[in-house]
Amino acid sequence: MDELVIETEGLTKHYNGVVAVENLNLRVRRQEVFGLLGPNGSGKTTTILMLLGLTEPTAGWVRVLGLDPARQPLSVKARVGYMPDEVGFYEELTARENLAYIARLNGLSGRVAQERIEEALGRVGLLDVADRPVATYSHGMKRRLGVADVLIKKPQLIIMDEPTQGLDPEAAREFLRIIRSLKEEGITIVLSSHLLHQVQAVCDRVGLFHKGHMVLEGTVTELARQVLGTAYHIQLEAEGSPESITAALRRLPGVTDVSWDGKYHYRVAAVEDLRTEAAGAVMSAGGRLLSLELDRPSLDDIYARYFEEVEHVPAA
Amino acid sequence: MSQPREEGRRLPAREGSPWTGLWAVVAKEMADHLTSARMRILEILIVLTAAGTVYMAIQEIRTTIAQDPFLFLRLFTTSKDPVPAFVGFLGFLIPLIAIALGFDSINGEFNRRTISRVLAQPIYRDALLMGKFLAGLFTMTLVLTAIWLLIIGLGLITLGVPPSPEELARALCLLLLSIFYGGIWLAVAMVFSVVFRQPATAALAAIAIWLFFLVFWDILSSLLASALLPIRYGTMEEILAQTKLAMNLARISPNTLFSEAIIPILQPNVRSLGLVLTWQLQGAILGTPLPLGESLVLIWPHLTGLIAGTILLFALSYILFQRREIRV
Ligand SMILES: Nc1ncnc2c1ncn2[C@@H]1O[C@H](COP(=O)(O)OP(=O)(O)OP(=O)(O)O)[C@@H](O)[C@H]1O
Ligand SMILES: [Mg+2]
Repeated sequence: MDELVIETEGLTKHYNGVVAVENLNLRVRRQEVFGLLGPNGSGKTTTILMLLGLTEPTAGWVRVLGLDPARQPLSVKARVGYMPDEVGFYEELTARENLAYIARLNGLSGRVAQERIEEALGRVGLLDVADRPVATYSHGMKRRLGVADVLIKKPQLIIMDEPTQGLDPEAAREFLRIIRSLKEEGITIVLSSHLLHQVQAVCDRVGLFHKGHMVLEGTVTELARQVLGTAYHIQLEAEGSPESITAALRRLPGVTDVSWDGKYHYRVAAVEDLRTEAAGAVMSAGGRLLSLELDRPSLDDIYARYFEEVEHVPAA
Repeated sequence: MSQPREEGRRLPAREGSPWTGLWAVVAKEMADHLTSARMRILEILIVLTAAGTVYMAIQEIRTTIAQDPFLFLRLFTTSKDPVPAFVGFLGFLIPLIAIALGFDSINGEFNRRTISRVLAQPIYRDALLMGKFLAGLFTMTLVLTAIWLLIIGLGLITLGVPPSPEELARALCLLLLSIFYGGIWLAVAMVFSVVFRQPATAALAAIAIWLFFLVFWDILSSLLASALLPIRYGTMEEILAQTKLAMNLARISPNTLFSEAIIPILQPNVRSLGLVLTWQLQGAILGTPLPLGESLVLIWPHLTGLIAGTILLFALSYILFQRREIRV
């Protein structure tokens, strides 16, 4: 087993007969950033709660860091950091005091706790307001404090439920930077989000939830291939005869579609990265290449297309 | 290697101690209590009460009872119109303090959305619940002990004689009883703090229970007794049986248990809590005083009743809280 941090088999949660999560087989490897996607009520939060042992599964099998969250909750919670979707603090206490409580609950005290608190606050840039009561914090500052809070225990796995909601674009970018740096340190991260471009920017793999089922799973490219059919879109601009350029591009093996958007602009859909071949084709057709760009498949497109389709074909 | 688990099966053995992190919770909660404005108000209230009642008691003691082997205990029990005795106030001040300390303990964590963050730390729910209970109990102990010392101090200054060891021991018993009495009301408040999401609802429910026992339960228990054991022939046995039933019913109320239990402790010459009991502390039966040990035997059932009630209520809040979905 190559370092599976999260492994579930047939994980299921019903609330009085209502399906929240059904037969989930999730695998997250070490140092991976995994994104949970899906519409409201599709079971992301429920999945997270079951991974932490905060909710008892109706059926199924879970291992987090090789431990069973139901049997060894203390070991799991000592190693896993959790940032809930609505993270709250003791408003009358300062940030430092809030973190000190969390440190004590983790069995840390004295200098060790002190150092961890300073380090965590420094990391999220809250050091200069650390002695203000949390009641005076803005939403974004509380979110950052939530990250600091998770870092106190030096977790091997961090699970965040909608971490970037309500953050301004710069704060969200900063947030993604922090997530990347945590990954660099060998921490595995699972996050749920509705902000697809952010998920795409930071996640190695994503799982798409729909009515309690994980309907798609993989890298964005893999999902694009499954949902959009072709994974690569090449945008190119070239001078020359549109007819011959289009024909030359069409002849390339692996190209599924070519469209000419008038004037110089062409769109090429392909099953793999065919930029070099496309450039060659333009040249051979006597065209002059002005620009060539690979469109990364966008998660927004995948998401939109997937749910367009399931609306027509009811999920089995 | 995969072994699917059955539906909703409770796992038998849990890892580690259920009390991991207990003292961290206790320390945090006590710090919160002791610095809260709520506690400040209660402290002022109880200090004023103590000072007022004891001052009146001292006035009364000076003019009437000069020679009394238990002069110090009179500080707690003597009333002078229109002010009731200190123990009379204790009977309803303590529930108030306990409810104030407990009514938002669990639902407060939900409302502040801190519960999932706290329970994501390596502790069990047991530690959080027990920690909050103990913090409330310790805070109450602290406040009551301070008041107790204040009264003893006032007595020393104004009466000019030191209390005898037995008087001190009896006064200490009163302190312990007060703490146990507070414990049961704290447990009541915590049950409601688990049941109701809104702290205001929880507070109201706890206060309703308190008022019910304070005002209606005595009336209700005698009504119930006369309904269950009606007097048909007017024989002594009938009357006795009915009165006994009424009394035992009344003892369901923690208020009754407390106010009965302090009588033999503070009035050593009371020899029985049976039918001769009168509701005023003043109406003591004359006779030779009982030794402390025998007074304690008299109130033993009351004490165990209070403790058992506390444990039952705590267990109830525990069960309710364990089942609670932690999702905010
Ligand atoms: N305590 C509960 N009792 C009954 N049903 C519940 C409970 N909690 C969640 N559910 C149901 O479980 C399903 C999954 O909810 P969940 O919170 O996991 O969704 P989510 O993917 O996190 O949604 P969102 O994006 O809105 O946060 C929903 O249909 C919800 O109504
Ligand atoms: Mg959610």
